[in-house]
Amino acid sequence: MAAELHQRTLSELAAGLEAGDFSSVELTEALLARVADHDGELNAFITVTAEQALAAARAADEARAAGNAGVLGGLPLVHKDIFCTRDVLTTCGSRMLENFVSPYNATVVDRLAGAGAVILGKTNMDEFAMGSSNETSYYGPVRNPWHLEYSPGGSSGGSAAAVAARLAPAATGTDTGGSIRQPAALTGTVGLKPTYGRVSRYGMIAFASSLDQAGVITRSSADAALLLGVMAGFDERDSTSIDHPVPDYTAALSESLDGLRIGVVKQHFDDGLDAATGAAVREALAVLEANGAKLVDVDLPNIDLSVPTYYVVAPAECSSNLSRFDGVRFGHRADNPEDLFDLYCRSRGEGFGAEVKRRIMTGTYALSAGYYDAYYLKAQQVRHLIADDFKSAFEKVDLIAGPTSPTPAFRLGDKVDDPITMYLNDIYTVGANLAGLPGVSTPCGFVDGLPVGLHLVGPHWGEEVLIRCAHNYEQLTDWHRACPEDFS
Amino acid sequence: MSLDKEQVQQIAVLARLRLDDDEFAETVDKLSRIVDFVDQLSQTDTTGVVPMAHPLDVAQRLRPDVVTEPDDRDHVQENAPSTQDGLYLVPKVIE
Repeated sequence: MAAELHQRTLSELAAGLEAGDFSSVELTEALLARVADHDGELNAFITVTAEQALAAARAADEARAAGNAGVLGGLPLVHKDIFCTRDVLTTCGSRMLENFVSPYNATVVDRLAGAGAVILGKTNMDEFAMGSSNETSYYGPVRNPWHLEYSPGGSSGGSAAAVAARLAPAATGTDTGGSIRQPAALTGTVGLKPTYGRVSRYGMIAFASSLDQAGVITRSSADAALLLGVMAGFDERDSTSIDHPVPDYTAALSESLDGLRIGVVKQHFDDGLDAATGAAVREALAVLEANGAKLVDVDLPNIDLSVPTYYVVAPAECSSNLSRFDGVRFGHRADNPEDLFDLYCRSRGEGFGAEVKRRIMTGTYALSAGYYDAYYLKAQQVRHLIADDFKSAFEKVDLIAGPTSPTPAFRLGDKVDDPITMYLNDIYTVGANLAGLPGVSTPCGFVDGLPVGLHLVGPHWGEEVLIRCAHNYEQLTDWHRACPEDFS
Repeated sequence: MSLDKEQVQQIAVLARLRLDDDEFAETVDKLSRIVDFVDQLSQTDTTGVVPMAHPLDVAQRLRPDVVTEPDDRDHVQENAPSTQDGLYLVPKVIE
């Protein structure tokens, strides 16, 4: 008997639709029913767009019948609630945007819809993507499908939980310091963050503009390749979008591991790494080596500075980006303001949660008169050293492999009181953002029933080598097929 | 504490954020911890290192300064807390 629809990957569903085994309306109805049954436990969705989804599914079925099915014709997806969706609530996980109905679509939303995708809803996330556990969301934490008392990671935690729990075959996400890859690792899904400038950010609510990038969370690298091919490409509406050719990412799926040079960084296996997590990642490296790849030691001498560097650069940029929330043009506005200053201060004080306020204030401090050179300028210099280290490493290797996160998922509430402990979740992922590099996390085992991720980082525009390596690994193992028991 | 209450108050004013009393005390503590943490950057010798302005080390693309967007004012202003005749309303700023 064929697998139930919700258990199939995006690529498998595409083949089923093409063969006429089921319609997009049937598929969409089946998944919407799962969302209705299970999201009460998970809180992965902020908005479910059932009516629009069924209309899009009917349109996709009609297009297919007429011989005009798009690349993603009739395939269901969910969007992180950071992407603007025309005439649909877009909250960014914040009280500030509790009533914001976007007047336009993000380019990513338009491109995926244009290829025929059906959007089931908008997923929960850390407020303004600032968090690593989904606990900063105004709409409550998301729960990890592998253990409901645990965090799914963040900030794209709703997207990761929805895909892991088989409520949707794929989701969009965004990654400023690890917000796609870390939740993917903690939920046993595949998370791909492309090169800076690869995917348009038009209509993606800004957090830290020199770091932000859109990507996907899926159940296989083949699915990530399929979606990236639709999402990637130049957009004149995004001033950071880069006009670089978009290859056929699915072509990379047929290449072997032969001759692939994989860099292993000593610092990625230091004391900060949970021992069992480290063992699972080492085992994954051994699998790659046994199947044609060559492991090479590489040094990133300044990588230990990547978290403090990030926590200057990202807050500085966020303090600037979030100044647009002023209680005047859109978003939350305080009642009965005394004057304009009071309107700004109370609207922002009420509309933003504690972590967002802390980051705005950290950034305001780092950019303020007398401190700019000591913090922001210094961090941008150290950032150059870190980026140069990666550049030297990629002269010797095709990609770098290691753990995605220092531990498996942690209990909700365990790290909320100490910002530094929470920030160190990003220790293996932020380097790629600082240097603008693509990265992917793919499942590579379990520790005490919780998933572990293998993290691959490539050179600029190196998405194909990441997809090739991750896909080969997924063919040699079956960690990415594991399904949480309560969601089978 | 690397930051005192007065400094945090000044930062809150610059950032246009009103904090209630409990929140303020917690912010002094946590912001100080964050500043202490990022202070380790000062130990690194960056003499002669160019600050990184763009992750791909390319120049920012510019476009001609021409109008490209349609006028969608009424639709856009549906999200505004308070408008009149197409204008955004704020408390009186000129006596």
